Amino acid sequence: MSVSVGGTPAVVGTAAELRDRPGVTVRLEGLTRRYGSVLALDGLDLDIAGGELIALLGPSGCGKTTALRAIAGFERPDAGRVRLDGRDITDVPASKRDMGMVFQAYSLFPNLTVAENVAFGLKVRRRGKAEQKRRAAELLELVGLGDRGGRYPHQLSGGQQQRVALARALAVAPQVLLLDEPLSALDAQVRVQLRDEIRRLQLEVGITTVFVTHDQAEALSVADRVGVLRAGRLEQVAGPDELYERPATAFVAQFVGTMNRLPATLVDGGVQLLGTRRPVAGAVPRGAEVVALVRPEALVVTADPAGAGRVVHRVFSGAMTRLTVALPDGVEVQADVVSAGSGDLVTGSTVTVAVAERPVLVAPDEPEP
Amino acid sequence: MTATAGLGTVTGAGSVEPPRPVRRGRRSGRRWRWAVLAVLGLYFVVPIAASVWFTVRDRGRGGVTARYYTGIPGAEGFASAITRSVLLAVLTVLIALLLMLPTIVLVDLRLPRLRTTVELLTLLPLVLPPIALVVGVRSVLSWAPDYFYGTPLADAMFALQKPSLPWILVLVYVVLALPFVYRALDAGVRGADLRTLTEAARNLGASWPRVLATVVLPVLRTSVLNAAFLTFALVMGEYTIAVILGFVTFPTWIVQTSGSQPQLSVSVSVLSLAITWGLLLLISALDRRRGGKDTA
Repeated sequence: MSVSVGGTPAVVGTAAELRDRPGVTVRLEGLTRRYGSVLALDGLDLDIAGGELIALLGPSGCGKTTALRAIAGFERPDAGRVRLDGRDITDVPASKRDMGMVFQAYSLFPNLTVAENVAFGLKVRRRGKAEQKRRAAELLELVGLGDRGGRYPHQLSGGQQQRVALARALAVAPQVLLLDEPLSALDAQVRVQLRDEIRRLQLEVGITTVFVTHDQAEALSVADRVGVLRAGRLEQVAGPDELYERPATAFVAQFVGTMNRLPATLVDGGVQLLGTRRPVAGAVPRGAEVVALVRPEALVVTADPAGAGRVVHRVFSGAMTRLTVALPDGVEVQADVVSAGSGDLVTGSTVTVAVAERPVLVAPDEPEP
Repeated sequence: MTATAGLGTVTGAGSVEPPRPVRRGRRSGRRWRWAVLAVLGLYFVVPIAASVWFTVRDRGRGGVTARYYTGIPGAEGFASAITRSVLLAVLTVLIALLLMLPTIVLVDLRLPRLRTTVELLTLLPLVLPPIALVVGVRSVLSWAPDYFYGTPLADAMFALQKPSLPWILVLVYVVLALPFVYRALDAGVRGADLRTLTEAARNLGASWPRVLATVVLPVLRTSVLNAAFLTFALVMGEYTIAVILGFVTFPTWIVQTSGSQPQLSVSVSVLSLAITWGLLLLISALDRRRGGKDTA
């Protein structure tokens, strides 16, 4: 299962070969795609740097897969251009784009062995038999399936099939790697493992990669930058930490990670919530009706017999424990506390909830997206 | 009825044993199954057995003879009739597949909204009686001498009716085979995620012809075989249209011969039945080998 990182010479050789073509840039300019009355892409602009892994994140129907398929050439945009290394490839057919893609559904050719699957792209490119065989073996080694070349796809587990699909996509040394929710059909454990492997391989090979997912944890953990899409437009493109700490919009704030919405009022230069005043992080919205957006780890919960809050639910997850606390006025908040010191915060106990001393995000009080 | 009785027994006895009547029901179910199988078996086996007995019994001398079977290859008209029928069948299979395979793949990948329309169209030959079809074909063909004599159109229509290889039969048989070909191929297409597979192949640089030949065809192999077999069997057994249009094919030859040499014609029928079974077994064996690989 495990892949040695640049451990054996063979692996290093393959990676170096793939690195012969350093990551190329991808540029999307005003991509628009309409399906009937649905606008899947609404003038999407995106610059992807060479060798970068960018994750496109968003709820289903936000246009992330359509954007990926437009890059791959399976979807013709109604308007806008796709540029590869500055070259306009909008009208180039999918078979001539030189991109490797891993699909959400299992996509191995059932009538070919694993090694033949990996060599498929090389065969199409009329490489010699010996080279096909050698490359297939190398790439299978690279994804940790060196001994499965003779098997058929149905004899592999889902995770192994996706590894083979990854090897097949990389075998032709493509300019861009496209991943269309490659992990969503897998079990949680395999998903995390393969996710990390994809990232390590990508860094090793240095290939420009677009990773489409609806799972924010997946996006945050592997990507250099994450683009959050909503209704065919980018809400924000930023590194994972920036996205988490300084979301540009309320939509991003609530889509990435868990976010509490607390009733708040703006007072000169600050925001008043839970009985305290904190400075406002980022832009101050207009209008008096606002909500404060607070992460679970930014709430401080203390046992207090006279407190206004009551713990209604408690989920232990190792080092941290997540509490659901009911506040007056029907507000419920989620708070993360260190498990070790939370023995007295049992379900039903009364508590006080305070906000950690740091600037607080404020958004107009609009219905949740 | 039995179920109610079973409940009564259980509650009455207060026992934890599985209710006996269910077992009895199962046993009587098995008995019924055998009864149905026996009746069905008789229904199929008796006529075939009678045919076989009719062809191997040596009348006059008594005992058994293979005379009628050994006489088949040399029988007058047999060779030409069977080659013509096989040729017609092969041509029909090829044309039907060339027509339907790209259609079904195209509908599946690009025009899913047309699926119902195509399905209904291919079902038409089942609804339309063959006799109506052939009468229509015959009257159209008769226009050639009546209205178009001397024109290229008439020449083409005459060429279609060459007794040595009647292409008109191929065309009509393609229409008759549509429902079977469509059904067989559609089952294969539905079972495979052609969309993802073709996209994966396109992404790896394969041209459309290559995608069809190296990805789609192998995936649909079993259903293509099924479609081919059904069509082949249809053509090898079709009598009405061939006889009305006045061509000699394998089935019409059998009927012709039965008047003068009944044993010969029946032995040919038995033989063709055996060949058909053989083909059927071959296909399912191919299928099973693949299935075995799937579960291995």
